[in-house]
Amino acid sequence: MRTAHEFWEILKRQQMTFFSGVPCSLLESIINVALADPHLTYIPAVREDVALGIASAAHLVGRRGGILLQNSGLGNVVNPLTSFNLIYRIPVLMVVSWRGYEGKDAPEHLIMGEKTPHLLRTLDIPYTILEAAALEDQLAWAIATMEQKQTPVAVIVRKAIIA
Amino acid sequence: MTRYEALHSILRRLPERDLALFTTGMISREAFDIRDRPENFYMIGSMGLLTSLGLGLALQAPTRTVWVIEGDGSALMSLGTVPLIAAYRPANLIHVVLDNEAYESTGGQPTISGTVDLAALAQAAGYTLVRRVNDERDLDAALDEALARRALMFLLAKVSGRADDGLGRVSLTPEALTERFSQALRQAASANHNAAAEPVSPC
Repeated sequence: MRTAHEFWEILKRQQMTFFSGVPCSLLESIINVALADPHLTYIPAVREDVALGIASAAHLVGRRGGILLQNSGLGNVVNPLTSFNLIYRIPVLMVVSWRGYEGKDAPEHLIMGEKTPHLLRTLDIPYTILEAAALEDQLAWAIATMEQKQTPVAVIVRKAIIA
Repeated sequence: MTRYEALHSILRRLPERDLALFTTGMISREAFDIRDRPENFYMIGSMGLLTSLGLGLALQAPTRTVWVIEGDGSALMSLGTVPLIAAYRPANLIHVVLDNEAYESTGGQPTISGTVDLAALAQAAGYTLVRRVNDERDLDAALDEALARRALMFLLAKVSGRADDGLGRVSLTPEALTERFSQALRQAASANHNAAAEPVSPC
């Protein structure tokens, strides 16, 4: 397990400091650390698509933006991803929690839990499932892929990987 | 006042450095027809997303004034963004709704804005200035005020009229629009480097 501080230190070294999102219990410590850190901006959005719109502005001003969301919120970003970010080539780092992983969760999470990787593949969003031991390399890959392909990239956070 | 006339009034008065975002459909197409410029950004899809992009931009480009110009259908689709914008209250954001009480781009089906007062909603959400105009004279007065005061404004302009049958589409590709707009921002950022590099401070 890695700490939320370590997670943010890696992103800060890559100049990723502007985030918006909608909370998830699996992202609790990540969001709380962001809220407490004066070098990080976290805008609490009212919906996941709103978070994506806010974070997308970072690219237009020459920075890198990111969103934090539960996988249940992926449905709310399908349209903005396909009719905005992917066609305007606006990269955003998507930090997606994975409720319903391996079918062990509350009923409302089971279908999206099973579909999450398929949905990202269907949308051609490159993604990686974070492992505690490989966090640095995976985040570096995500940011490099955003830059090279000018596309949103997702990193998936399972329970007990970052706390 | 037609939507085209209202857009014409706004675009004629836009200061050179001001950024202007236009929503999907006829508003982008008419704005492109009236006065295209590198500081214009047309969101050709993603109805309802424009205000959140505008908020993110206003917070990260505090030395620029950001105009978000959308229709009633788009505003109604993302009403939750209205209190979010008000909570951050960026003084460099002017939110214009051109309200024709219809989804004109899809054939003129009615919206509910004939019975819902969008200006009252913005007022309740906490926008600093809220103005509601029905004709060109009042629109000009409200635009004067927007340009003179640095404060978050919601400007509801009731408009009529249909788009011209021969109205063209935005001829630039989405990718080219991103490149052109961020270039326009970068040039200004290098002229005002220190201010642009400051971290965002909400409220």
